[in-house]
Amino acid sequence: MNVTDCCGGGSRAPTGFLTGSDVALWEGSRVTAATSAEQSTSAAFRSIVRLEHVQKFFGAIQALKDINLAIDKNEIVGLIGDNGAGKSTLIKVITGVIRPEAGKLFIRDEEVNLADYSVQAAHNLSIETVYQDRSLAEKQPLWRNFFVGRQITNRLGFIDIKREKELANNILINEIGFRGAGITVDSTVSNLSGGERQGISIGRAMHYNADLIILDEPTAALGVAEVRKVIDFVQRIKESGRASIYIEHNLAHVHEVADRLVVLDRGSIVAEFSPKDMSVTELTQYLIKLQRGG
Amino acid sequence: MAVQPTPPLIQRVEALPIIIVFVLLLALFMYLSPQVFLQPFQYTTFLSTLPPLILLAVGLTFVIGAGEIDLCFPAIIGFAGYVFAVLFKEYELGWIAVVAALAAGTLVGFVNGVLVAKVGIPSFIATLGAQFFWYGMATVLSGGKSYALRGAEESTVWQVLVGRPFADAETVWVTQLPIQSLWTAIVVVVMWLVLTRHRFGEHTLFIGDSNDVSRVVGINVDREKIKIFTLMGALAGLAAIFLTLENKNYFGNQGQGYLLLAIASVLIGGTSIFGGRATIVGTLFGCFIIAMIEPGLVATGLTGAWVNTVRGLIFLISIIFYLYVDEPQRRRALFARFWLNQGLGRARATE
Repeated sequence: MNVTDCCGGGSRAPTGFLTGSDVALWEGSRVTAATSAEQSTSAAFRSIVRLEHVQKFFGAIQALKDINLAIDKNEIVGLIGDNGAGKSTLIKVITGVIRPEAGKLFIRDEEVNLADYSVQAAHNLSIETVYQDRSLAEKQPLWRNFFVGRQITNRLGFIDIKREKELANNILINEIGFRGAGITVDSTVSNLSGGERQGISIGRAMHYNADLIILDEPTAALGVAEVRKVIDFVQRIKESGRASIYIEHNLAHVHEVADRLVVLDRGSIVAEFSPKDMSVTELTQYLIKLQRGG
Repeated sequence: MAVQPTPPLIQRVEALPIIIVFVLLLALFMYLSPQVFLQPFQYTTFLSTLPPLILLAVGLTFVIGAGEIDLCFPAIIGFAGYVFAVLFKEYELGWIAVVAALAAGTLVGFVNGVLVAKVGIPSFIATLGAQFFWYGMATVLSGGKSYALRGAEESTVWQVLVGRPFADAETVWVTQLPIQSLWTAIVVVVMWLVLTRHRFGEHTLFIGDSNDVSRVVGINVDREKIKIFTLMGALAGLAAIFLTLENKNYFGNQGQGYLLLAIASVLIGGTSIFGGRATIVGTLFGCFIIAMIEPGLVATGLTGAWVNTVRGLIFLISIIFYLYVDEPQRRRALFARFWLNQGLGRARATE
């Protein structure tokens, strides 16, 4: 591959998370994705994930009230709502970070035993999450950040460092496109910009080629050009036949890419719209009214 | 493929700064008091007295690397040492005493882990409380008595754990080589591998970096923390056995001197007080430095009263050093405070 045409001089260029000829890179990544995703492409299921009557309490506060939500296998669902509406809690239930007190969770139409459900279980079921900036460990090198929680190990649990570094380098160069940007698999996260971190998180999610990619405010720390790339990424999730839950504060962004908008308010789903039926302005007015009306 | 730039030497060799400091200090002591530091006997003494400190510091490297602290291990030295001494001497149980003492240390560590991870008490407070409790237990059970293990060197336990395998050799210093230094070296190598290459070590560092991130990436934070404290307890139990056997004596507060020495060794070695970064190699050299100061100062003519002063000084200097070398934002803040960044900017502009 041609490395020389990118970011000349070899010095640390002000990159977003994609540099050089983005499109070709993303195309390339989709090819690798297709070869490694055999387990799920042929499966016949309707919803990638479905929640029924899910309740979650934090002490006396009910964070989720009787949530019923289904995400189709090729659907982009925008999740909107005020701070504290329960968006992140909902995400964490789906990804196995926290356990709800009541309700059922179905993945590919099959009920999940919530007592055994965990982040690893969600990973094994091909669900990936990109958190705004809370999923990378600052002082650790990138290659560890790519594989932590599902290390490539021998039977005794010792990590195959060489293999992990090779794969991480591959993700870095071919999938994310960090070329000549002075970033290697040994760089620590603390040296990266907000956009670069987001690139790492998204690259990690892409590498595992999930059927459901959950994006938790992925544009929060980004500049305009980088936001564009995230939105393109969401559109490509759709094109490749997969699903996404997209949490976003910026209504214009989410309105642009989502097939369906779900509004959360104080722990309940209060409305669902199709973006076609409602303009961004109408949506904004609706949300303001919702807040005042409460 | 893009050519990966070779990282600078300081990043390629683990704990290089502390190794350099150690070599310089050793050279200084050799120069100032060759009669001590160019003779083998000082080093054979180190080999028999250092293992308990090294074992404790290695366990503590995991604890501090995970962003926690353990103040309880001196009490484990006391409590597990008591369990060992009483079973070994009063009941003559031999290897069962060894297993029981290890189990006692492991159990105390496990309880500490549960207090921190499941009950949710900050480790500083939990292990401070546990330190008083287990130290008190050892005093109550032993009735404040000490146990002299006279004749212990006849037993196989002594021979295997702290014996002198070359006692029949021709050279005097070779006869003094203690076997516990070998066992300790094996533990150090295994723990180094675990920290740098094992899933558990990686989880330890991620937990030290951020508990929230660790949960999100799928680490069972509570379980790993319990494991870390349990490991600390087990290593302290082993240290207690070595110490009691080597001294052929048990006394209730035998662990009390180790608290600051072990913490200082770990932090001098370069493990971050904020967690997330830990080095076993650094800890090992930290132990060497801490142990070397006492004979070094005494041999060069300063009185023993200076020992803790100098240890404290080296401890603080090294913490400040690591703080500003490894935490870029703090370094920047320091330079800004002294207007150094302006000065550097000007210097570069005129070049």
